[in-house]
Amino acid sequence: MSDLIPRLDVMKTYKLYVGGKFPRSESGRVYEVTDRKTGDWLANAPQGTRKDTRDAVVAARKAQDGWSSATAYNRGQILYRAAEMLQGRREQFAAEVAAAEGIGGRKAAALVDAAIDRWVWYAGWTDKVAQIAGSANPVAGPYFNLSAPEPTGVVGVVAPQTGNGFSLLGLVSAIAPVIATGNTAVVALAAEAPLPGLSLGEVLATSDLPGGVVNLISGRTEDIAPTLASHQDVNAIDLTGVISLEGPGSARELEVLAADTLKRVRRPSLAPTGEDWTAAPGTDRLMAFLETKTVWHPMGI
Amino acid sequence: MATPKTSTKTGKKTAAAAVEAPRAATSGRKLFEYAPAPESRAAAGEIAGSYGHYINGEFVESTGKETLTTVDPSTEQALAEIAQGTAKDVDRAVAAAREAFTSWSALPGAERGKYLFRIARIIQERSRELAVLESIDNGKPIRETRDFDLPMVAAHFFYYAGWADKLEFAGYGPNPRPVGVAAQVIPWNFPLMMLAWKIAPALATGNTVVLKPAETTPLTALRFAEICRQAGLPRGVVNIVTGDGRTGAALTGHPGVDKVAFTGSTDVGRAIARTLAGSRTKLSLELGGKAANIVFDDAPIDQAVEGIVNGIFFNQGHVCCAGSRLLVQESVHDEVMDALRRRMATLRIGDPLDKNTDVGAINSAAQLARIRELTDAGEAEGAERWSPACELPTTGYWFAPTVFTGVSATHRIAREEIFGPVLSVLTFRTPEEAVAKANNTPYGLSAGVWTEKGSRILWMASRLKAGVVWSNTFNKFDPTSPFGGYKESGYGREGGRHGLEAYLNV
Repeated sequence: MSDLIPRLDVMKTYKLYVGGKFPRSESGRVYEVTDRKTGDWLANAPQGTRKDTRDAVVAARKAQDGWSSATAYNRGQILYRAAEMLQGRREQFAAEVAAAEGIGGRKAAALVDAAIDRWVWYAGWTDKVAQIAGSANPVAGPYFNLSAPEPTGVVGVVAPQTGNGFSLLGLVSAIAPVIATGNTAVVALAAEAPLPGLSLGEVLATSDLPGGVVNLISGRTEDIAPTLASHQDVNAIDLTGVISLEGPGSARELEVLAADTLKRVRRPSLAPTGEDWTAAPGTDRLMAFLETKTVWHPMGI
Repeated sequence: MATPKTSTKTGKKTAAAAVEAPRAATSGRKLFEYAPAPESRAAAGEIAGSYGHYINGEFVESTGKETLTTVDPSTEQALAEIAQGTAKDVDRAVAAAREAFTSWSALPGAERGKYLFRIARIIQERSRELAVLESIDNGKPIRETRDFDLPMVAAHFFYYAGWADKLEFAGYGPNPRPVGVAAQVIPWNFPLMMLAWKIAPALATGNTVVLKPAETTPLTALRFAEICRQAGLPRGVVNIVTGDGRTGAALTGHPGVDKVAFTGSTDVGRAIARTLAGSRTKLSLELGGKAANIVFDDAPIDQAVEGIVNGIFFNQGHVCCAGSRLLVQESVHDEVMDALRRRMATLRIGDPLDKNTDVGAINSAAQLARIRELTDAGEAEGAERWSPACELPTTGYWFAPTVFTGVSATHRIAREEIFGPVLSVLTFRTPEEAVAKANNTPYGLSAGVWTEKGSRILWMASRLKAGVVWSNTFNKFDPTSPFGGYKESGYGREGGRHGLEAYLNV
């Protein structure tokens, strides 16, 4: 008898990832996430609020000291571990990416592979950034003079919402360089395709990444992004996922808000079809959220 | 094998030292009694009775009949027979590396990098096994193989794995190309770490390699071959040929290699440079040293003494960058020497596999003979010799930590690399004199400066002709930090972004 009754799957409750924990939204609200191609219902994602975002900033700030003072080697090991964990859940992510981007399974799997390799690429950068961004400066005097990059602090990230591979590969491409250099991040996930991002929290939670280094919020971008842009304790904002130049939630509006605290702003490309996330990355994202610190010291007997 | 002299030498000591040292030595020994804490030999895994070479992804027999025996230097017991690589063996290995080069160098950097990440991870997983095996074959304390060598080996592979797909950002032009087949000959003092320093950057940049480990310490390199197989590394990318200097000469002089990297003695380095003269083969050399460890009167003495001890007794002094010449400012000479003798009396010498051991066995009978010859010369030339009272095992190769005071710049023990746990102490009065004495050597690998004054550290560093200057620390290494020497300590740098250059056509 039993073999006639198909087994019922256990469905996953998608939750936010804040401070290393998986809370529901403080609002108690969710919204429907659907398959981009078929329109079928996929899940009820938590509708993260301004308050959730502020909580996430607190968590990111709390994690900032420990993460930025961890050795670059240690950060690289943890980022590489994230690649290992992602590799182990490749099929799950391929299915989520296929539904999020409305593409076939094979193409989605290739995008997941690229996302795994992207983690590896940035894992390798942690202990090399200072070697290409820093310098020994030959000042005209008896002084030792060395410039070295340091993380800028807490970075808000508006996750990609368009472009080939945006839902996971694009997201990884935005998050990994921010944390590779020792920043901590609060991420506004793509509102209509947050599921790969919410699952990525589960990968990060099992990669030895300290809680709070990456915080992932799903919900209305018009709630989350301005909260990040105007927040007094956020040092920089990456507007990658912003798709309009004018009006509410636009790049201009967010940049105006960011100007109050002179946040470092990484502007979006605003290309109509979005960025092609499979393109080989350069170092621009790594360099975007660094401060250069120069130390002088006299030389003499 | 006679037991080396271990009794406390009195002789013509300075007054303070003669009064202080023996009492301090005794109290040091009474304060710390340790029960043995031996690491398990079995953790090293199975050591085969005999080994061939690792060529083209396979363990193969040598084409020759001659074998060498690698022994446990702490017991003199044979561990395994290894093949004495012949010219024909070297031919085969170079041919395998050449064949593999085409596809390996064409592989996207990210893919090459992932092989190296795999190797790094497997080394981490198997690090206990490798640490024990290294201690057995080399004689160095398990505390060092476990806490220093193996973590550094894995870190080196991690670091260069990350460079494999980033070479265009390394400052060597937009599309730096590998050199080709690299012949690599490494010493016995840090067998697996030297292997990592050679193989990791070579592979990351797209070269293939033939590596010859030292004949007294081949076992971890042969175990590394297994790791290459576990990582799925394409055949021929790494080849390992064992043997002594004759095999090394055949390899470094082979017309089919495009690059030679050698770490070892200055004499052999010179011979290789002569052999390669007029060829297009790229060469990097990391040779001997006679580092000055310079202690100023304002240095924190206890901290400096730890640095002096670490500088010369780390790895039994089998360290090319060892702080083998202590230059101490005259005004604090007695104070530093008293503290140093007190500290030396607490060093624990013995079983390399005991987790409490500070100083292990000398790597070979030949090296022990060399250390004895030079220390005898030190006495004969009039320097004062001192070692703490310590019992040495009756079998194996052992040499007690030794310090010579009253050394002059002309003494052999001040000029020649001893490569053992022997410290020569000289004095100076002014910073200028310290610089002059420190640079008064054909070597230029490393130096140490101990002072509370930052400006003086930097002033000294700018005047010392040495590739590495440690300030208020000594013997620090990191994959990100370039290492290598001035003058007759060799040329080229290993480690860091600079370490890529040796393996790129730039």
